[in-house]
Amino acid sequence: MTELIDILLSASFWAAILRIASPLIFATMGELICERAGVLNLGIEGIMVFGAFAGWVTIYAGGPLWLGVAVAFGAGALFGALHGLLTIPFGLSQHVVGLGITMLATAAAYYAYRLALPEVTNPPRITPFQPLHIPVLSDIPWFGQALFSQTALTWAGFAVTGLTALILYRTPLGLALRAAGENPQAVEAQGLSVTALRMGAVITGSGLMAVGGAFLTMSAFSSFFFEMVNGRGWICIALVVFGAWKPGKALLGALLFAGFDALQIRLQQTGLGQVVPYQVFLMIPYLLSILALIAMSRRAEVPAALMTPFNRGDR
Amino acid sequence: MRIDPMAQGPVLRLSGITKRFGGLIANDGISLSLARGEVVALLGENGAGKTTLMNILFGHYTADAGTVEVMGQTLPPGQPGAALKAGVGMVHQHFTLADNLTVLDNVLLGTRPLLSLSSGRSAARARLAQLAQDFGLAVNPDARVATLSVGERQRVEILKALYRDARILILDEPTAVLTPQEADALFDTLRRMTQQGLSVIFISHKLHEVMAISSRVLVLRHGRLVGETATAQTDRHQLATLMVGAEITAPAPAKARPGATLLKLDKVSTARQGNRPGLEQITMELRAGQILGLAGVSGNGQGALADLLCGLDSPTEGSLTIAGTTPQAWSPRAALDHRIGRIPEDRHKTGTIADFTLTENAVLESYAAGGGWMNWRAARAATAGIIDKYDIRCPGPDTRIRLLSGGNMQKLILGRVLETTPRIILANQPVRGLDIGAVTYVQEQLIAARDAGAAILLISEDLDEILSLSDSIRVISQGRLSPDFPRGTKTPTELGQWMAGQGFDHAA
Repeated sequence: MTELIDILLSASFWAAILRIASPLIFATMGELICERAGVLNLGIEGIMVFGAFAGWVTIYAGGPLWLGVAVAFGAGALFGALHGLLTIPFGLSQHVVGLGITMLATAAAYYAYRLALPEVTNPPRITPFQPLHIPVLSDIPWFGQALFSQTALTWAGFAVTGLTALILYRTPLGLALRAAGENPQAVEAQGLSVTALRMGAVITGSGLMAVGGAFLTMSAFSSFFFEMVNGRGWICIALVVFGAWKPGKALLGALLFAGFDALQIRLQQTGLGQVVPYQVFLMIPYLLSILALIAMSRRAEVPAALMTPFNRGDR
Repeated sequence: MRIDPMAQGPVLRLSGITKRFGGLIANDGISLSLARGEVVALLGENGAGKTTLMNILFGHYTADAGTVEVMGQTLPPGQPGAALKAGVGMVHQHFTLADNLTVLDNVLLGTRPLLSLSSGRSAARARLAQLAQDFGLAVNPDARVATLSVGERQRVEILKALYRDARILILDEPTAVLTPQEADALFDTLRRMTQQGLSVIFISHKLHEVMAISSRVLVLRHGRLVGETATAQTDRHQLATLMVGAEITAPAPAKARPGATLLKLDKVSTARQGNRPGLEQITMELRAGQILGLAGVSGNGQGALADLLCGLDSPTEGSLTIAGTTPQAWSPRAALDHRIGRIPEDRHKTGTIADFTLTENAVLESYAAGGGWMNWRAARAATAGIIDKYDIRCPGPDTRIRLLSGGNMQKLILGRVLETTPRIILANQPVRGLDIGAVTYVQEQLIAARDAGAAILLISEDLDEILSLSDSIRVISQGRLSPDFPRGTKTPTELGQWMAGQGFDHAA
């Protein structure tokens, strides 16, 4: 029990939550934008992998850090365009296309990595984003270390969340996006193009997913290795549901999941970790997430047209 | 005082519109024009091509041939945005509203440049309130559409068009979902709109509405324009004949010759389900060659009785006898095995599977006959037979049934039931929502089945229908059943009293 209190009181625990949550926040917002427009994007896992590679390889080749972010976004957007093309104008199954994109993007990233570095066994490191020193705030004892020792990319994640909420709820564009996910006929009848709106959402959303992946290489691990995304994309799909398709609640979900994850890592190192196999700790965030998902999402309103292709002139 | 409407030239002109869906010609060279301040009714049976024509006008569909001109300008085909801009508004039969958004947001959708930063809600709110007041379309702008009644949703649809300065409003079957009071309010709104110079195209297959609201009537049949006349110079009978293409005479059944008792309920009760009452100790007989009409206000146990006969519900007490035998286990399968034919109340929800083909829907009750394998060749042949015999308008047996109009869908259900020559037919609201031609057809088929010896239970909320078809009538109220009233022994007023629940105490 005292060990648990120690963990909760340590500044590094809270700093870890923000760090673990960051990639999830980007990718969750990306998925949320897609789903709000009516497209389930199961390409998320693979797009994150490719984003991680694209960001890393840009820096490895000597590019500036923010160029890496931009390249990752662009690469994700390209996969998004492919996903969108197949699911929106062509109206193919969003499940099949999404899983296909995940496999394609993952394989493409691994293949490109091997092409770039055929001989290397130890993943080379890059110089990642450094924690941003914010005057005054970062210098507050404990709090400064716990909350204000993050990289610029983490803060960008929060900004993206705010921006997503602002656009969705306060602009005509957001209104049109939400309507496209609820009743595309309504959008069409008001003279807007459902196809253009959904394509835009999927391309932008996929770009954000890739930035989420890039966070892993450019801010968390400093190198690219296989299996590094490790199911985070799938977690983000669940976080969108957990957040009831609302940016603020989804952000909360990402932080909660990160909290469980940070906790289980530290619990492994306590006396309890001697007795209980570590795999049990690894399960904790997922188990708690499932419970939270059940509790939170029962009244959630799914976008009514999610996964329904829209064909003009179809009767 | 009215100015000659055509003096300023038509506000809308459709020329030679042709549209095909697969092998079906939905619109065949249709031309029409609309003057300022005029209500033109587009009359036609279900599937005559009215909605298709309007969808072309509004840009949902692209015509194979023909042009649309608004105020003298030709509209680019297939662009609802262009139609809206030109001042065309459309109230679709199936509303195009996003349920999770507020009324205001639904109205605002698409009215502002997408990349502008402000939503413009406050200015829009004031404008919406003004429009609502001017046209008598009261609705709370901040209510979510999901919480609105059907009548309110329609008002939102009209407001959407008015908000965009529509000069021409298309209303597709606007009264189909309204109560009579709501329909009157709608007509009131339409009159206010025409007084302000708006023009209205009113799609309907209800003759009395067309006579009441329109100044001119265009009649469509099988995708062709078959008649055009000033409303004042025609009458309902003439319009009906034009619409159907033949003289319509209400079916008048010959005197019934009731035979053996095929269905007997003896003091049967069933369980209450939520708000729906169960049956309370009902006793009745249904004889071969007889139509028994069940009258009653909706929700008084009709559903419970229908479910019982379909095999969806079992008696909690009392006994059910079919042609002298008491079924051991009662289930939908058992009901079919006892040759009970079922025309369900809701043909979309329980009568058909929308994305299945006609063939698949036609064999839904008999597919198990092949001993584990589907004989599609036989199924398709049988379906083609039904299509032919029951005059179902469709491209063919492989068409998905959702593409059919209500009348044609009902004809398939009717064919599916009648082709098995059932002993007992449960006809639950068999003509609800159908146009005159289909109504007459379905009723004639039921009478023919009666004459061939079937026992028919006709459930309807339309007392006129009950009175014209039934050989004897019973009234259901709160799950209780009135005595049997043979044809002609009770007036509508007397039946209405029974429907209101009077007389049951001493009858029980």
